[in-house]
Amino acid sequence: MASARATKRFMKLAFTPMAIFTVVLVVPFATGFYYTFTDWDGFESTKLVGFDNYIKSFKDPTFWSTLRFTTLFVVVSLVIVNLVAFGLALIVTSSLRSKNILRTFFFVPNLIGGVVLGVIWQFIFNSAIVALANKYNWEIFKQSWLQDTNKAFWALIIVTVWQSSGYMMIIYITGLISIEQDVLEASQIDGASPLRTLLTIKIPLMAQAFTIALFLTLRGGFMAYDVNVALTGGGPFRTTELISLHIFQDAFANGNFGTGQSKAVVMFLIVALAALVQVSISKRYEVQR
Amino acid sequence: MRVKRSVGKRVTFIVGLILAFAYIFPFFLVFVNSLKLKPEVLANPLALPSHITWDNFSQALTKMNFFRSLTNSIIITVLSVSMLIIFSSMLAYYLARTKNKLSKYIFLILVTSMIVPFQALMIPFMARFAQFVSWNNRGALIFFYIGFGTALSTFLYHGFISNIPTEIDEAASIDGASDMVAFWRIIFPMMRPITATVAIINALWIWNDFLLPRLVLTNETQTLPLSTYLFYGQYTVEYGQVMAGLVLAVIPIVIFYLILQKQFISGISQGAVK
Repeated sequence: MASARATKRFMKLAFTPMAIFTVVLVVPFATGFYYTFTDWDGFESTKLVGFDNYIKSFKDPTFWSTLRFTTLFVVVSLVIVNLVAFGLALIVTSSLRSKNILRTFFFVPNLIGGVVLGVIWQFIFNSAIVALANKYNWEIFKQSWLQDTNKAFWALIIVTVWQSSGYMMIIYITGLISIEQDVLEASQIDGASPLRTLLTIKIPLMAQAFTIALFLTLRGGFMAYDVNVALTGGGPFRTTELISLHIFQDAFANGNFGTGQSKAVVMFLIVALAALVQVSISKRYEVQR
Repeated sequence: MRVKRSVGKRVTFIVGLILAFAYIFPFFLVFVNSLKLKPEVLANPLALPSHITWDNFSQALTKMNFFRSLTNSIIITVLSVSMLIIFSSMLAYYLARTKNKLSKYIFLILVTSMIVPFQALMIPFMARFAQFVSWNNRGALIFFYIGFGTALSTFLYHGFISNIPTEIDEAASIDGASDMVAFWRIIFPMMRPITATVAIINALWIWNDFLLPRLVLTNETQTLPLSTYLFYGQYTVEYGQVMAGLVLAVIPIVIFYLILQKQFISGISQGAVK
């Protein structure tokens, strides 16, 4: 009797969303994983091939260079985005009268999708800066930054920091505001300097905000696609392809569905592992209140 | 002491001002150049236009099919977000109020799924849904957004519902209300703050999404990010027109933000911290 009622409840409230979720997420995930062990060509698979697709993927030198490039991108963008975002949050939570308008300015790039932002910066790097450099004779800008792998890397970082620091700023603001005022007053009475208060009181008490912001930037870094496509398009000569774009090209431009999907599975494992390690380390620093 | 603090405040203000300028400058540059003719853009991108031309805008409006893409973006975003709100709030209600093994597993699967990057699914995804997509690509896209958005939205609602006392449901059911009536008449209206959060987070994601629409949509149904990207690729050298196109692409969401600024900020901080 009770279970009949439970079934009815499930059918009414949970069935539709769970069915859609299963069809859209669970089924492609499972079949995609299965396909990597077959000779799947995007349409049909005739036999199991073991680890062939994975072996082929790891023999592909461009896959390794993409993995290196992506890892570097994730680490550098994670550090800079969070430093900048935390700095912005400190500015915006200070006693400035203009803090609300500053917050709006810092947040605006985040409203706009990576493609539009990437295109804006492509104009800046390829045309605006180059035009100015020729006019005023600035050597390092005379050739577009996007034509050179190392400089294009920094161009990607600049745009990513500009885009995501506003979002992470909001998370840090929430953390900073959640600290009880009496704790801060107590430290002031004890004569702690603002820097000391920041390092030994504020940061440990808002460690949860760091856990979240680091997780989001880590995941976002591995999944970055829009800015990559719109800013560098992977060029020059596919040297600035992040993993997402690399998989996209492998599968949809070159028709290598088997290796493309194996690389995607590898990407999933890396993201999951990195996130797990990061969260479990960050959690250790969180103070129980 | 007081002198020191006011110096510190002034430094903070100046740093803040410089940064704000740096954050907004790219938009300013795009806007200024959208009002210029091509040779003037190349001569000095930083200079103000010597004479303002709106011709770039009328060109961009037609060439990127602005109003068609805007309509598509609005339809897709509004429908996906409303369905996500309806389905995920009901699912969350079920999960929060039913304590059995099934609900526990469902919740666990939803939370775990949030770590799966779309890239890990997109290849089998496109193979599997090719027919569905060619039959009705906008409908398919909305369906996909519901699937991909369910986990986070349900998670947010679940946290909120867990804090609503069960006595309220019990009172409703004693008064003879069915589950559905109790939920839609009593619980759902109480969840307005979290509904705003869910709506804003999903709307920002869907409005700006590029990869999935790029795989799914055709020319007639393309959304704003997609048409901006294609327009830029086609007319890269028409600097003024491209800049006008970018201004057009940016305006709708910025207006939306300025109207709902408070909800945006609280939505993001709630959505992230939960």
